[in-house]
Amino acid sequence: MADPSTMVRLSTEMSDQEGDPRSGPISVRFEDVTVSFHGRTAIRNVTFDAPKNKVTALIGPSGSGKTTLLRAINRMHDLTKGAVVSGSIRLGDTDIYKGGIPATLLRTRVGMVFQRPNPFPTMSIYDNVVSGLRFNGIRKKSVLEEAAESALIAAALWDSVSTRLNAHASTLSGGEQQRLCIARALAVEPEVLLMDEPTSSLDPISMRLIEELVSELKSRVTIVIVTHNMQQAARVSDLCAFFLMGNDRAGEQIEVAPTRKLFSEPDDPRTLDYIQGRFG
Amino acid sequence: MSTTVIEGVPPDPILERRELVQRVARKTLDRRVLVSRAMVGLCGVALLVALVPLFAILYSLVDKGVRWWSVTFFTKVPQFPSLIDPNAIGGISNAIIGSLVIDGIAALFAIPIGVIAGLFLAESDSKFASGLRTTAEIMTGLPSILLGIFAYQMIVIGFNEWGIKLPGIGFAGIAGSFAIGVLMIPVIMKASETALRGVPATIREAGLALGARRGVVARKVVIPTALPGLITAVLLAFSRAVGETAPILWVIGASNIIEWNPRKEMASMPLEIFQSATSPYVSLRDEAWGIALFLVFLVLVLNLGSRLFAAWLQRERR
Repeated sequence: MADPSTMVRLSTEMSDQEGDPRSGPISVRFEDVTVSFHGRTAIRNVTFDAPKNKVTALIGPSGSGKTTLLRAINRMHDLTKGAVVSGSIRLGDTDIYKGGIPATLLRTRVGMVFQRPNPFPTMSIYDNVVSGLRFNGIRKKSVLEEAAESALIAAALWDSVSTRLNAHASTLSGGEQQRLCIARALAVEPEVLLMDEPTSSLDPISMRLIEELVSELKSRVTIVIVTHNMQQAARVSDLCAFFLMGNDRAGEQIEVAPTRKLFSEPDDPRTLDYIQGRFG
Repeated sequence: MSTTVIEGVPPDPILERRELVQRVARKTLDRRVLVSRAMVGLCGVALLVALVPLFAILYSLVDKGVRWWSVTFFTKVPQFPSLIDPNAIGGISNAIIGSLVIDGIAALFAIPIGVIAGLFLAESDSKFASGLRTTAEIMTGLPSILLGIFAYQMIVIGFNEWGIKLPGIGFAGIAGSFAIGVLMIPVIMKASETALRGVPATIREAGLALGARRGVVARKVVIPTALPGLITAVLLAFSRAVGETAPILWVIGASNIIEWNPRKEMASMPLEIFQSATSPYVSLRDEAWGIALFLVFLVLVLNLGSRLFAAWLQRERR
């Protein structure tokens, strides 16, 4: 579909963002980040800054290392044998790998939403939302209740669940479950929210709701989102990082630019090919 | 449907293949249906052959056993038949209580050890874990009489070698608990591991991504999610242990009175079957059927109960 109309459509759907989103403060700073598993490089030499209170989209074809990079930000790779992260990722002033911060503490500052909704199946809606607080030792009822309400409102779920907070999470629809997972991640008030293709298993209406949510949430958290959906990246993100799989099957950073620029006049011809659907 | 060959028009290979498939499929249809029916029939016969001994056992158990069931049978202790009353055999209350105490104590230590070890197997991919898994697999295949010998040596007689000194306590119910418990541990371990591994990785990750430590995720997320499977695992292991005879054969001694103290010699149902069936008294020999039927009934109730409970728990969560 190397059709110029694609680009026109993408441009019109884009969020109205004036100027370069990178002019403000920085939330996550990647410097020469390389992730490998058992000596095989999955993504290499990533260097860019994710601006604070903006949405940064990681885009690129399958195998380009987007999810691998995302999971490096909350040190999920710590649990994988043979995974090595080199270079540095800084969250504010903290080097998350060399700064001596425990992974559990880091993960309260960097929340995550997964591909498929994964509420805890044995817990009620309320218990799911406050689980992160409880896991980290917060017991006070008033704190939990306030956090739950605030997170559910932020996740646009409060109106539909406020009367049945004790119902099982599995009674919700797929889209509602995903918003519950967003509320659960928000309840510990992280600085950064990682989203790994959060709408890939949802219907178009639920997808739209989550996208609207992402745009609203950025005043509260910095968002880094992995998506396969170009329209979605164009609609929700301020900054776009584009990755491709190199010759040795390791992901490489091709271009990082404000979303409007990346989708209208990218510097790299490979970016243009990808967003126009010529490969990937 | 047949294509007429028109001179000069090259034949279409796709159409030709389509016709070939249709023609051959139709021609061989009858034969294929026949073979399929024969195979289904064979499966049915195999099933029947497998079920015949099972039902034969159940039938003879009920036929010869149920007549012994009475209030006396369940509430009185055994009695030897006399010339005056050759049917005065008493009951098996001592054996029921003995089994309850012996297997209860065994479960008390085997369940936590087994489940925790199963959790370790499910959560760890270390060399130690895989070694432990292999050991557990070998242990489930051990002849259970070996555990009887082991318990006899370690608990009943006592052990004094390699610098390890254990005083023997003589025949006691607790020695049987030890043997049965050791027998249950690997079974519970393997079944718990399977149940715990059934919890999707993404649910674990959700917990970890919230900053929870692995132990917290295991306790608050993984175990509750796997609970129906864990309960089934534990009850199945227990119901298997209830019927075990060999491990307790030499270690619990014998008792003709109701004995609650596990430090003393005790009676138990599997052993009571063995002793009654080898007794010189005809009525006692016949009574063994009654005990056997009760044992089978117990195992059935435990099995069905665990499955129903797990299914109910699963339903509650929807």
